[in-house]
Amino acid sequence: MLANFFASLKVMGLGMLGIFSVAVVLVIIMIVLNKLFPAKHESDEKTQED
Amino acid sequence: MQEILNLYSNIGNLTWQMVVMWIVGGVMIYLGIVKKMEPSLLVPMGFGAILVNLPLSGAVTQTIDGVIEKGPLDVLFNTGISTELFLLLLFIGIGAMIDFTPLLANPAMMLFGAAAQFGIFLTLSLATLFGFSLTDAASVGIIGAADGPTSIFVANYFNSKYLGAIIVAAYSYMALVPIIQPPVIRLITSKKERRIHMTYSPKSVSKITKILFPIMITVVAGLISPRSVALIGFLMFGNLVRECGVLDSLSETAQNALANIITLMLGITVASQMRAEDFLNVKTLFILLLGLVAFIFDTVGGVVFAKIVNLFAKKKINPMIGACGISAFPMSARVITKMGMDEDPSNVLLMQATGVNVSGQIASVIAGGLILTLVH
Repeated sequence: MLANFFASLKVMGLGMLGIFSVAVVLVIIMIVLNKLFPAKHESDEKTQED
Repeated sequence: MQEILNLYSNIGNLTWQMVVMWIVGGVMIYLGIVKKMEPSLLVPMGFGAILVNLPLSGAVTQTIDGVIEKGPLDVLFNTGISTELFLLLLFIGIGAMIDFTPLLANPAMMLFGAAAQFGIFLTLSLATLFGFSLTDAASVGIIGAADGPTSIFVANYFNSKYLGAIIVAAYSYMALVPIIQPPVIRLITSKKERRIHMTYSPKSVSKITKILFPIMITVVAGLISPRSVALIGFLMFGNLVRECGVLDSLSETAQNALANIITLMLGITVASQMRAEDFLNVKTLFILLLGLVAFIFDTVGGVVFAKIVNLFAKKKINPMIGACGISAFPMSARVITKMGMDEDPSNVLLMQATGVNVSGQIASVIAGGLILTLVH
């Protein structure tokens, strides 16, 4: 039982570390996507249409 | 006369455990219909619990006189759940339902989703102390994903014999989020913290960002945790269908017809795992208890993370929004928005809470994938 418990602590540590590292990567991706492809304002779109 | 008596001979096969399961099924139907708690799952599961616990029920596989007679619910289970097919198809529907715009407009919210998965891993550890093997503990811990399909996917991946109890716990606690979260949040936050105002400055997100987002997430998740790529991939495929703008009818079908059909099949099929001999034991009680622990510590994880961020941030965050990182969508966002307005009617946290809540959707699936990778 204790062997399983200690193994589970390792899973907990690696799991939380893993999920935060993936979350940071996803945050970076979202920031980069927003920078590369910013939303056009309605006024810009209207000007282009004109 | 004897033939008439033979007609009722099956009653002799009835056990008290079966009757208890009828009561369990009845309670689930009651909660679904009267209390409106996850009725789309609890009503079929409740009915299924009664159906499979009839003596010599033909709905499930029975060995009669040495001959195996396959039951339709077991056939459905082996076809749709053991193969993960139902869950992945359901994920297409869920992906098509989610609008990630609040998260894309405020990407940092993703971190709260990550923090709120703490309950999964803590529960995993606690479950080992209750005598569960590591794989069964992982299956129990994933109840904290607050995401039914992910819970079923992981428990089924590990071939857990507690699948029925895990599903009952996962869906019951998801329905109980409005009851579980508020007292936990009040316990670990001060009134001053709960009254912190967060101004929302709406940012628009371009269509191409919304289209590229599901593709990029799939690629990243696939590279980091290949075992979870089916889960996240089907979720994100559904979202791509929603956002691409040229598949509106498919998006509508995924959100409604597909999701409804799978949900209908899922509830009654899962009930095949609720046979009295598998369900009625002490471990089921432990699973229900540990599921509650997982939800509580998910909430604690999200709120405490927000409080830690506040130690360094100039612009303070209302720590209550951290609790929305639990995946139960959109219920958790609604609960936090209501709590914010109860503290101060002018404090509308809806958009921030929704952003964190959709991040929880992604984070719970990633947590499931990490568990599949880390637990052997």
